Amino acid sequence: MQDIVIIGAGITGCFLAHDLSKYQLKITVFDKENDVANATTMANSAIIHAGHDPKEGTLKAVLNQRGARMYPQICHDLQVEYQICGAYVVAHDEDEIQILKDLKKRADERGIDARFVSSKELLAQEPNVADEIIQALEIPQTAVVNPWQCATALMEEAVLNGVHLKLGSEVIGIDAFDDYFIVHTDQGEIMTKVIINAAGCGCEKIAAMIEDPSFHITYKKGEYFVLSKLAKDFVHHVIYPVPSKLGKGVLAVPTTHGNILLGPNNTVCESEDVSTTQNGMDTVRERLAYIVKNVPYGEIIRSYSGIRPSGNQGDFYIQPSQTYDRLLHVACIDSPGLASAPAISEYVIQKMVQPLLPLQPKMSYVRRKAPIVMEHLSVEEKNRFIRQNPAYGQIICKCENISYQEIVDAIHGPCGAKTIKAVKKRVRAGMGKCQGGICESAVAKILAKELQIPLADVLYDAPGSELGTEAKRCKR
Amino acid sequence: MQTVDIIVIGGGSAGMAAALSAKEQGIDSLLLLERDVELGGILQQCIHNGFGLQVFHEELSGPTFAQRLIDEMKAKDIAYRLQTTVLSIGADKTVTYVNPKEGYVTIQARAIILACGCFERSRGAISIPGTRPKGIYTAGTAQRYLNMENVLVGKRVFILGSGDIGLIMARRMTLEGAEVLGVAEIMPYSNGLMRNIVQCLEDFSIPLYLSHTIIDIQGKEQVEKVVIAKVDADRQVIKGTEKAFAVDTVLLSVGLIPDVNLAKGAGIQIDPFTKGAIVNDHLETTVKGIYACGNGLHVHDLVDFVTLEAKQAGRFAAQDLQETSCEQEMIKVVAAEGLQYVLPQRLNIKSREPVVFSFRVRQPHKRCVIECLDQDEVICTQQMRYALPAEMQRLTLRPEQLQKIHANVRIRVRDL
Repeated sequence: MQDIVIIGAGITGCFLAHDLSKYQLKITVFDKENDVANATTMANSAIIHAGHDPKEGTLKAVLNQRGARMYPQICHDLQVEYQICGAYVVAHDEDEIQILKDLKKRADERGIDARFVSSKELLAQEPNVADEIIQALEIPQTAVVNPWQCATALMEEAVLNGVHLKLGSEVIGIDAFDDYFIVHTDQGEIMTKVIINAAGCGCEKIAAMIEDPSFHITYKKGEYFVLSKLAKDFVHHVIYPVPSKLGKGVLAVPTTHGNILLGPNNTVCESEDVSTTQNGMDTVRERLAYIVKNVPYGEIIRSYSGIRPSGNQGDFYIQPSQTYDRLLHVACIDSPGLASAPAISEYVIQKMVQPLLPLQPKMSYVRRKAPIVMEHLSVEEKNRFIRQNPAYGQIICKCENISYQEIVDAIHGPCGAKTIKAVKKRVRAGMGKCQGGICESAVAKILAKELQIPLADVLYDAPGSELGTEAKRCKR
Repeated sequence: MQTVDIIVIGGGSAGMAAALSAKEQGIDSLLLLERDVELGGILQQCIHNGFGLQVFHEELSGPTFAQRLIDEMKAKDIAYRLQTTVLSIGADKTVTYVNPKEGYVTIQARAIILACGCFERSRGAISIPGTRPKGIYTAGTAQRYLNMENVLVGKRVFILGSGDIGLIMARRMTLEGAEVLGVAEIMPYSNGLMRNIVQCLEDFSIPLYLSHTIIDIQGKEQVEKVVIAKVDADRQVIKGTEKAFAVDTVLLSVGLIPDVNLAKGAGIQIDPFTKGAIVNDHLETTVKGIYACGNGLHVHDLVDFVTLEAKQAGRFAAQDLQETSCEQEMIKVVAAEGLQYVLPQRLNIKSREPVVFSFRVRQPHKRCVIECLDQDEVICTQQMRYALPAEMQRLTLRPEQLQKIHANVRIRVRDL
């Protein structure tokens, strides 16, 4: 019997698993994906919004502000990337300046640093903003993180502290009994006292397995371009247009590793369809022209899209089920879900888990040891590691300078990479200019060796994405 | 800090040829750095034949061609390091590299020859819409999996782009039992060598869809479907011409880009068209003492021309080190009417050697003449029965013709 089953290993599920692993609880996390942080958490803007934007009186307003304040310490403790880059919300005319004034008022009330800057000041900082911009609101505390690195680190620490992680396990049914549930997955079933539904885009489907859902999710697709590191100086701050009913709009975002993200658009889709579309990409280009100029489109190395699970009540839906008080819905986590995630977890644990289960802190808690990232070390330190283990000196991904041993470390970590995509997410092999064209086969060979499987069986992502078939068997 | 006369970066055909040629000129303090576990570069995965006609006067496979150069490297006792990745070079000609044995090392060169090869343009770079499942590979990656690792990445294949590697892989995957349903080329003409169109597509009845492109890739875990459509003269998709193919693999052969990461780090100027370094007639970049050659300079069709060019680079680098004074008067070389680019982009008209220009035409021509002009005066011409964008052309200017030049040189193509 588990105390808690968490459905979903996105950023919300990872924070919950991590934070709950500090208590004497039996916890299992299921995710239908073959890696943590593999859906919405992998395809978003990666911004820790300061919290100036959500409407007063919403959970989003409270949790975004709180979450943004929690991130620096969390990222420091986990030794994951967190970078304060600051942001400008840019205005083109008097109507938009009025919106800036409203945002400024809201920021002041919330104690969030915000100040007006002239177009001249703005251009001095960001020469590539559009010429038509007449004023901007600077939000200096805006930060960026690496969402999947953060989620993976959280889950690693959770696993080190006894959480069971079951990837590639899709929940297909839930049976309710007097004081427990049976959760059925395509890999088996498990009994649990409490369920936390943090299934992202799947939250409503999970709810519908056991009750008439009290919330409704609309899938909103956002498409993005990624620019290579050669374009890293294009913008140094997040550039936002003024927010509209459609959301935060198409942005230009510096990332923690020197790439630039451009997007997203916002289209409603019928399903969790993560296609990019010609229309969508044209829209992003068109709207970008509103905020920036001289976009180095020649440096595009990838485009992607993510689905945001948007609630019908204009806010996160974080409540116990109306039928079963031991089923906790953490649903409709669209923007600013990433920025709010640590505060969502804290809120769920304090308000919703505490009344249900005794929260006894563990006697000892294991901290995660951050993996070695050669790029971050001094030459002396690098050479020390290479002397201990020469594989740290063999570069596999030459775009990102990732060594053989860093990939091996990622495979054997507590929440280890078992697929080509998972390696890419953990160590960035294949995220550079050649997009894995040069190193993918080498990465696949390392996976085959370390997992002791034939090369042809190495997965790109989920089962069904095997590399290929053995071409010929040589008779010897 | 250790000092070496010439450091060659890259151990493919270009790097080896450059090193061999520098050695022939009497340079003994030579070091070649290669990131892979063996010399030979991309030739090692090109197991088809068609290599060597110009250099060895016989038809060889890629690995055999490579082995000839490797044997010569060993016979001439040229120092090289494997599994060695160069991380940066400086304008002061310092080279920082890493390998498992030595760790991170910085050494000083008197001259550097960049022979870094090229990489394939990816799906992301051309923003093909659709999902991002397994089964979308650049042709060279699929070639590496098949020829080096014995893994066939798919059974039903569609190929985008008629570049040579894509054509070679159409045949190769067919021979391994895969079905290649077609090749789409956005241009109204093929981008590969004529012999490859005939030997790799026509001989296997693989359809080539000219003026077509992929407009959608669908699939969840694995590619399930591609949709192609016809494009108009402005490369805009024509509605109603869509055609869907059920495939598990899409190969991309949509262009090669010189790898200039190191060159950029040293502040070397890049030609926006070739995407490789700007060089003079000694194949010297805009940073003195740093030379470039092979596919890392501009993309060639034939390894033979890579080798010949690299031999020149090696010889020039050696000579420039040995000769203390060399009279120089640099002029610009301009790609004029009908040409995509010309190399070298700078020319020393005091040079006492013939100069070989490499260039490509913008569109196919039948019966045409290539003209080299000094302002409006024609200095040299070369008639051609046909000229295709897919085939790099070469034109040689003799020293006495060079002396006639006063201003900038223009090279153009004119129909007869």
